[in-house]
Amino acid sequence: MPGFGFSLGVTLFYLSALVLIPLAALIIRPWEMGFDGFWAAVTTPRVLAALKLSFGAAAIAAAINSVFGLIVAWVLVRYRFPGRKFIDAFVDLPFALPTAVAGIALSALYAPNGWIGAPLAKLGIKVAFTPTGVLVALIFIGLPFVVRTLEPVLADLSRDAEEAAATLGATRLQSFRRVILPSLLPTLLTGTAMAFARGVGEYGSVIFIAGNLPGVSEIAPLMIIIKLQEYDYAGAAAIGVVMLGASFVFLFALNALQAWSASRR
Amino acid sequence: MTPMLRPRAPTDDHPLTKLVLSLVAVGFIALFLLMPLVTVFWEALAQGMDSAIAALREPDALSAIQLSFTVAAIAVPCNALFGLAAAWCVTKFDFIGKNLLVTLIDIPFSVSPVVSGLVYMLIFGLQGWLGQDLRDHGIKIVFALPGIVLATIFVTFPFVARELIPLMSEQGRDEEEAAVSLGASGWSTLRRVTLPNIKWALLYGVLLCNARAMGEFGAVSVVSGHIRGLTDTMPLHVEVLYNDYQYAAAFAVAALLALLALVTLGIKSLLEWQFAGEIAATHSH
Repeated sequence: MPGFGFSLGVTLFYLSALVLIPLAALIIRPWEMGFDGFWAAVTTPRVLAALKLSFGAAAIAAAINSVFGLIVAWVLVRYRFPGRKFIDAFVDLPFALPTAVAGIALSALYAPNGWIGAPLAKLGIKVAFTPTGVLVALIFIGLPFVVRTLEPVLADLSRDAEEAAATLGATRLQSFRRVILPSLLPTLLTGTAMAFARGVGEYGSVIFIAGNLPGVSEIAPLMIIIKLQEYDYAGAAAIGVVMLGASFVFLFALNALQAWSASRR
Repeated sequence: MTPMLRPRAPTDDHPLTKLVLSLVAVGFIALFLLMPLVTVFWEALAQGMDSAIAALREPDALSAIQLSFTVAAIAVPCNALFGLAAAWCVTKFDFIGKNLLVTLIDIPFSVSPVVSGLVYMLIFGLQGWLGQDLRDHGIKIVFALPGIVLATIFVTFPFVARELIPLMSEQGRDEEEAAVSLGASGWSTLRRVTLPNIKWALLYGVLLCNARAMGEFGAVSVVSGHIRGLTDTMPLHVEVLYNDYQYAAAFAVAALLALLALVTLGIKSLLEWQFAGEIAATHSH
């Protein structure tokens, strides 16, 4: 078959020039400050608070999405009702809607005078311009990852084991807990991990609703932008390296998870 | 027998469970996905249709729209051609390091958009590797069109490749090998045999790539420099207007982007429903 050299050459050149070399620039840059400088740059209280918020809010949002994403996927795959296909298509909205649009919409919705923000304010709950606002944005952005990962596996799940469990006298809840959930678990974890990874790096949908108070509601990607605006390229790169390192650890864990779930099927 | 009287299968949920779970699912989607979307259009039309249209006709808005289309018109074909080349060499040949290559292609999806912009600042920015040389020669990359295109290419890098690779490896090599053994050249095999087999998947990938290219915010925000009327794309223009407290105008531009997203979702679903088998096994649900 012809075209091997040409297609591989184009692929490698394009990949190196646009992705690998720029990423190398990121990985090399912070070390001009030495290890101590790097460590100092990523452990200032303000940067640490931002990293904690990005990772913490992403973890909580992913956990919430794992529960509700499972319910949404279950309902969309197992039940038949009018409009199901449209709701199914609509779940992809966060993939298609530009993040800045989501950001200003969520911000308007949860502001103290917004449709959801006003009733919540009466209850004394502030969402917009607090870390809770960050959480809301990350739930929005992460939901389709869980639903889309689960759906095909849920659809392929054989009902034989469930039937057997029912025949043996298990209640629906028992067969869900003992039969369905264990076989869905690797996929559920994969989807949740993807939502988490996306949440850690998310910027556009978060930035408007977060309020960006230093040390309180600043996220890690915003710290990179602030460092760049201060012409502290090395400091910006240091935060970038921490985030990149975290996402690679996650990519690795994800692959291991997928290998594990493939071996169980 | 009416459906009501049919005995419930042992693997069917209790009707009450069904009702509760359906309400939870629909409620969650309405609260977290539908309400933000409705808000966009509601706020855009808060001061009437005329002022929404006026906000889109304003010179800075027009230049933002034009810039977004220009960026997508460069970035999307580049990534489509790359995706085709990558899928061809990964699925039609066996070589060492193939799995590594596929993993590397996916990297941009696991990188924060802001980091995607940052990497180009570290090369082309004033204090980047080439910054001083570029300035000496009067070449502008960041805070200009080339930087915005580069950042957009980075964040949309894997879209086409990851649609084509699973499909083409599923389809195998038989048809291409037959064409070549009958004397067809590589290019005409690609054009006459491969492309017709993958056209819907290619369109699917291009569609997703284009939506992200037009809507990218974080990466572009880093390299754009926010020069009004010059380097602001549509999403950046939304930010500028919003931070200027021009909410109705901000939401008018946002509504245009939301319409684009809805059209994308519509075509995407249509492709999934009509050509499920011809896109990729993973999308047929």
